[in-house]
Amino acid sequence: MPPISQSSYEVAHLIGATVLMAGFQLLYQRRLFAVLNTFAFQALALAAAAAWQAHIQNAPHLYITAGLALVFKAMIVPFALHWLVERLGIHKTVETAMSIGWTMIAGVALVALSILLVLPVTANAAALTRESLALAMSVVLLGLLMMITRHNAVTQVVGFMALENGLILAAVSAKGMPLVVEISIAFSVLVAMTLFGIFFFRIRERFDTLDLQNLETYRGDRQ
Amino acid sequence: MSAILGQIGQIFLVVALAPLITGWVRLVKSRLQGRIGASPLQPYRDIYRLLQKEAVVAHSASWVFRTAPYVTFAAVWLAAAVIPTFTTNLFLAPAADLIALVALLGVARFWTALAGMDVGTAFGGLGASREMMIASLAEPAMLMVSFSLSLISGTTSPAQIIAFILGGGVGIEVSMGLSLAALIMVAIAENGRIPIDNPATHLELTMVHEAMVLEYSGRHLALMEGAGMVRLTLFMALIGGIFAPWGIAVPGANAVGVVVGLAAFLAKCFVLATGLAVFETMIAKMRVFRYAAFLGGALLLGLLATVFLYVSEAV
Repeated sequence: MPPISQSSYEVAHLIGATVLMAGFQLLYQRRLFAVLNTFAFQALALAAAAAWQAHIQNAPHLYITAGLALVFKAMIVPFALHWLVERLGIHKTVETAMSIGWTMIAGVALVALSILLVLPVTANAAALTRESLALAMSVVLLGLLMMITRHNAVTQVVGFMALENGLILAAVSAKGMPLVVEISIAFSVLVAMTLFGIFFFRIRERFDTLDLQNLETYRGDRQ
Repeated sequence: MSAILGQIGQIFLVVALAPLITGWVRLVKSRLQGRIGASPLQPYRDIYRLLQKEAVVAHSASWVFRTAPYVTFAAVWLAAAVIPTFTTNLFLAPAADLIALVALLGVARFWTALAGMDVGTAFGGLGASREMMIASLAEPAMLMVSFSLSLISGTTSPAQIIAFILGGGVGIEVSMGLSLAALIMVAIAENGRIPIDNPATHLELTMVHEAMVLEYSGRHLALMEGAGMVRLTLFMALIGGIFAPWGIAVPGANAVGVVVGLAAFLAKCFVLATGLAVFETMIAKMRVFRYAAFLGGALLLGLLATVFLYVSEAV
């Protein structure tokens, strides 16, 4: 295998940083459709990251990963969510639990946290591997943050998918991820997407809203 | 000797070129909006016309109002004179750094805001208060960008940063990309371009910069408008110089090098001005209360750029 040059690593990190920036964009958006478009953009950047890794690692199976990301996450999932939002008639502004500014600050704090976490764990790894891992972990944490700070079920699902983008980003940066695992992840995401779709309709039928705060009264521990 | 010549050339180049860049942005915008638009030379004619006219000053205006145009223009001109445009071989280059640049722009903004409040009309005060709000958000972001640039290159002087980047000292760096994004957002805010402020409006609810200079006329207005044009050129030189330094003449370059540097600078300004016009046509103006999120985003990008330096440099 030819040695991987410095500049191809740098390009890989630039694409990784684009995925992370899209994660921040997701936190910043206020419209539901804009959130979905940003999510499609993030998946597109993820596909580019996977394709680039396939190119520099000489690993053709990563091209399949890139294709899966492109078809499923950049096209099918955003289109399906678009359709769902239109069907449910909820294309309004995103309701947030925290103000956008505070969410962004929390996001930066999470990026710093993931860097602090990655640095000691990967003390023996090359500096460039650390950067990939720090980026991927930040994307995962931003997805979690999005799930926490949004009331609406659709945006929570987008947060979940963004989290999953971060996992794939970490997987393609590390060598030797078996293809079977990635294909099964991709399909489970699709299955999850379908289940979420059914749940949206069920939740709305039952409670007349997709705001999950209304569900909390039925939780049992808050009487 | 050539450093002094380069400096003199630079001082006159920025002022001579600034109206053309503004005119080009206006022309591209008009074409994109389906209008024929004025010639790109129109700003020169406007400034010439304003210089011919009598300057009318309100009864309630104090000396601040009359001094402000000169101070503002001088501060912006000085700032533009020390940012390398076509050559890094500048006489004043060792004296100037990015923090001094922020300070000079701050002086210009302070005097413009003072002048806006001096006459005592409602619009002036409104514009001044908004301008100060934007400034208080944009300045930290700008400083954060300069911090990450100087952490990368080990210096705060723009000429030396450019020399460092030209010397291959920095590859395709995540921090550089983040700094570029943050600097573009700051530049949009500082120049009062569209998502933040509309340079072509006189609508009460939306104007910021125009509200402050509403009372000016004649040569005072020419200076204020000229300062705005030079500021736009300055930011284009800064972005084009630091993030795309190719072609710029370095110390020891011969006449061909200088001509290539000039051509490269003109090409960069052309690309950036066209890009700005396309961007402004595509986007809608933001509500005043959203500025904080926009510029906070710029600050956070700058912060992230600094944070990522500590990972990639394997500190």
